[in-house]
Amino acid sequence: MKLNMTGLALAMSAVLLAGCSSTEEEGLTDSAQGTDASTSGYNDGSMSGSQFGSGNGLSSGSAYGSGSNLGPEFSDPNSPLSKQTIYFELDSSQVKQEFVPVVAAHAQYLASHPGQRVILAGHADERGSSEYNIALGEQRAKSVERMIRAQGVGSNQLEVVSYGEEKPAVSGHDESAWQMNRRVEVGYQ
Amino acid sequence: MNLLVRVLCFSMLTSLWSLAQAEGLTIEITKGSQSAIPIAVVPFAQQGTIGNVKLSDVIDSDLSGSGFFKALAEEDMLTKPSDPERVEFRDWQALGQDYLVIGQVAGNGGSFNIQFHLFNVHNGQLLMGYRLTVGANELRRAAHHISDLIYEKLTGRKGAFNTRIAYVTSVLQGGAKQFMLQVADADGYNPRTIAESPEPIMAPAWSPDGSKIAYVSFHTKRSGIYIQTLATGQRESVASYPGINGAPAFSPDGSRLAMTLSKDGSPDIYVLNLATHGLTRLTSGMSIDTEPTWSPDGSTIVFTSDQGGKPQLYTVPSGGGRATRLTFQGDYNARGRFSADGKSLAMVHGSGGRYRIAAMDMASRTVNVLSDGSLDDSPSFAPNGSMILFAANKGGRSVLSVVSTDGAMQQKLDFQSGSVREPAWAP
Repeated sequence: MKLNMTGLALAMSAVLLAGCSSTEEEGLTDSAQGTDASTSGYNDGSMSGSQFGSGNGLSSGSAYGSGSNLGPEFSDPNSPLSKQTIYFELDSSQVKQEFVPVVAAHAQYLASHPGQRVILAGHADERGSSEYNIALGEQRAKSVERMIRAQGVGSNQLEVVSYGEEKPAVSGHDESAWQMNRRVEVGYQ
Repeated sequence: MNLLVRVLCFSMLTSLWSLAQAEGLTIEITKGSQSAIPIAVVPFAQQGTIGNVKLSDVIDSDLSGSGFFKALAEEDMLTKPSDPERVEFRDWQALGQDYLVIGQVAGNGGSFNIQFHLFNVHNGQLLMGYRLTVGANELRRAAHHISDLIYEKLTGRKGAFNTRIAYVTSVLQGGAKQFMLQVADADGYNPRTIAESPEPIMAPAWSPDGSKIAYVSFHTKRSGIYIQTLATGQRESVASYPGINGAPAFSPDGSRLAMTLSKDGSPDIYVLNLATHGLTRLTSGMSIDTEPTWSPDGSTIVFTSDQGGKPQLYTVPSGGGRATRLTFQGDYNARGRFSADGKSLAMVHGSGGRYRIAAMDMASRTVNVLSDGSLDDSPSFAPNGSMILFAANKGGRSVLSVVSTDGAMQQKLDFQSGSVREPAWAP
């Protein structure tokens, strides 16, 4: 809960910077952050038009820290923790054998640092329909989440988000690009 | 940003070139129809100040772009009459034309008076004569309206030239991507940004009355579904659950919004009652169920599911019930969208590693592949059912394409920079 509040405060400050009304945005951020599945996603309070009119744009809630407090093992190329991207086969959400030690290392680190949070961001290549790819990206992130949870990491340390094909790591349109885009990024917060 | 761009018109028989001005937009007819009807649209005689909208060019590109017509190039015209008394039908017969449009436009300060006539060239019969008055910024609209009248008179079907489309563009701004949800005329002119964010925006869906757009935005770094009223810019958050909030689709009566949520585990189809905020779950199980779309009578919802292993289209009663599989051809069928009459279902059809737009005839269940790309996505019918708008990849960029529902004609709406995706044709 403490972490949620921090995230909320950061999100609200970002919102204030963007000139939005804090009380209206609060409900939105709160329900997005909510870990309680019974939280209604419906926001009754309509937002003001000026906030989203042409040119004003949607404020980007930078609710996350940079993760700069991580130890040297994260930048040591010989440590599996330096690998924070897990790649997948076409139409598959199964973690490949070569990435099992990578996921295990992150799980171990998280288990021994119960205050540390990560966001598992799932991605897909551009082929097929974009909303289906959102689902595929989520499946990938959830398989990584399951493996990490299996090593005793708390659910409050993990969050899954899927961007589908919307945020490619590589912009090409062939297999060499696609294989780099079918991925889950482990983002330390 | 008033860039001069070229409008390239290719047909299989002739090659016509003309110029038009737009905000970084190119319209290219990449595949013409051999059976297109020859029609000559003579430049309208002008009185007073008209500005830079040339009515005959707009009508030309509307009619040619429909695939039903092939417009005569201005330089091939022997005469350019604007008065019905001065038309020499033999000239137009000699040029192989079937129909002729002539007209006049007079500007008097704040408004324009337009009149036009449509003739059958073979017997000289006047098929239609109209006079209309429009406001200062309505010349393009007036031209689209004239195109609609001509199209309906000659094909018996309603035109869709005076309609709008929504789509998402993304451009690099100082090394960072910026996503913009835009609404424009159906020919890509008059684009207006209604939302923008450095995080992805997806899946715009029109309300049946065209007054609102539901869409997905990641501006909180998580997905959320929003409904925005176009006239006021007012925006309402309708779903921001943990996990996926995606693929919104208004019911035909506008009272409910179907969507994909994964809050209870795997992605499933839900229906949100917009008045009561009551949420009904339509699918369950471990599979991916997403991309709901309503049949025009509101009785069923078609969605994409991988419950059989690969993504295929299924149908379920919109009030809940058993889902049945609709597609069996090809190894990937996703993102169904109905035509307004419910007779045809467009989809992303994958086979042999290519993803193209196909349409299924709902009566015979026959699937016809219509587009010829390999990364085609997001089909959306024109309100009159004559065309399907979709996203395609051209030279490494995402562009909008339009294909006629018989597959005979295809044209590309290309923006100068950035990528354009997720198109949705307004009702």
